[in-house]
Amino acid sequence: MKIIVLVKQVPVMSQVKFDVGRGKVDRSSADVEMNPFDLNALEAAVQIKEMVGGSILVISMGPNRAELVLRDALARGADSALLLRDRRFAGADTLATSYTLACAIKQVQDFHLIIAGEKTVDGDTGQVGPELAEHLNIPHVAHVFKLDVSDERLVAVCDMGGLSYTMEADFPVLVTVTKDVNIPRLPAFRDKVKARQMKVEIKGAKELATAADAARFGVRGSPTRVHRVIIPSEENRKGRIFANSVDEAISEILEEIFKPFYQ
Amino acid sequence: MATHKEILVFTEQNEGIIHPVTYELLGKGRELADKLSGSLSGILLGNHIENAAVELVYYGADRVYVFDNEIFDDFDLLNYKHNIVKLLKDIKPEIFLLGATHWGRSLGARIAAALNTGLTADCTGLDIDQSGNLVQIRPAFSGNVLAYIKTRTRPQTATVRYKVMRSPERDASRKGEIIKKEAELVPSLISIVRKEKLSDVNIAEAEIIVSGGAGLKKAEDFSLLSDLAGLFGATVGSSRLPVDNGWIGREYQVGFSGNTVKPKVYVACGISGSPQHLAGMRESDVIIAINTDPTAPIFRIADYGIVGDLYEVIPRLIQRVKECRA
Repeated sequence: MKIIVLVKQVPVMSQVKFDVGRGKVDRSSADVEMNPFDLNALEAAVQIKEMVGGSILVISMGPNRAELVLRDALARGADSALLLRDRRFAGADTLATSYTLACAIKQVQDFHLIIAGEKTVDGDTGQVGPELAEHLNIPHVAHVFKLDVSDERLVAVCDMGGLSYTMEADFPVLVTVTKDVNIPRLPAFRDKVKARQMKVEIKGAKELATAADAARFGVRGSPTRVHRVIIPSEENRKGRIFANSVDEAISEILEEIFKPFYQ
Repeated sequence: MATHKEILVFTEQNEGIIHPVTYELLGKGRELADKLSGSLSGILLGNHIENAAVELVYYGADRVYVFDNEIFDDFDLLNYKHNIVKLLKDIKPEIFLLGATHWGRSLGARIAAALNTGLTADCTGLDIDQSGNLVQIRPAFSGNVLAYIKTRTRPQTATVRYKVMRSPERDASRKGEIIKKEAELVPSLISIVRKEKLSDVNIAEAEIIVSGGAGLKKAEDFSLLSDLAGLFGATVGSSRLPVDNGWIGREYQVGFSGNTVKPKVYVACGISGSPQHLAGMRESDVIIAINTDPTAPIFRIADYGIVGDLYEVIPRLIQRVKECRA
């Protein structure tokens, strides 16, 4: 079974600073890590490999630094890694990102399954997986929290918002997984050491597509553009904080808020 | 010669019941259509669904494209995608809106990629700028920022968060065109084997939520919160930690990895207010916070905050409510 796992390097969200006054997002002091949902995707792939055998190729589109998450993935059980790195890939929205990934995956022969995290903690669109499946003309199941794979087919249980749907699909197919699908294991130290010696393949725009198609990479290939970012301040909250007077607080809260609900 | 601008709204339905986000989209769609001097349409796919089409007219659609076919009895991804894409290529709408439900976001992404058009996810605001372009406003960075996004391709496609836009009044005197469309079938490739209710809890619909977090000492202590909740017909909620501890089910989780809620009142008990939690509840009408730590970030977004121990405050609150009712 040939499995592809998509991973993205994201800033550690708790370390990102949001400057309300200047409306700026400051990532510079934040560390980077693998998108937490991608850890679940990778763990799912490793569990499948342990059950039915096969190989795992992990792919990321990003700058040089993204090689770190690919090495992390290798330490956690991936067999090979591919970094799509080119300044022409930069500034991509989900359409351009999914197109770039599709170009790379089309060069991979006979894959069965692509696993991606449900969404990223910085972009939070959940769109790259389904868009990629469309570019590749394969079916997909999103929001999967239970995954069973045999040589013949995949059975995925997904959350449709209050309803769980059990889907069956033949290969090739793409799934996006939620945090509930598994608990990612930690890499063993010796695996981290081994991963440092492994080769990460790097491909740029030239290796992926003809000149005409390159118009669909990066910012050129991105129909959506962020025009403005604002960091909402909480000025419109009442901010009535009671530090010493629980009873006074309760009186006011009951009067102002809860009265309509119990009268 | 200006082309007529059509705003198309996707109608999500399951077993013949239209998801209420559709009416909210029609409400917003009407506003956008009026600003563009355009028209508002709905697209409805289903099995034995024709009679429901007129409901969309009553909520503001000028016309409804209806695909009535057995294949749309349930969520057939590739048949929905194929037929919607075919219609979009035909009518070339200016804007295409879907609810940001699990189905809407998954299907919307498929459609946008098929059309090579831009898609903005989970919008909490939509407007038209001076050049007639759609301004799409959405949270990013785990809800810490609001991004304003524009799309240079057509249709400008967006999935829109539930319970944000206003639903219009139903007007049964409204007239509109019902256009029946013939479905073109493609291989489904995915089969639906089983369908089950995940739980009876639908925290997204709750008017009042009483939520517990790291300040709770053990699983049983959720009963304190449910005692309070019971007085108002409220729902219990949770931040991530108690759920990860196995103290309460995932369906009660509020936050970036859980549910996004917008109740009238959100009571955060022993919750510090991490960005991940805030992402799920910061739009609540009123936020009440109870925490022993006066520096807890939750107090920055609270309308009312009590610096105190929830194990003292909540029983006191319960007692006072009972006194008021007596």
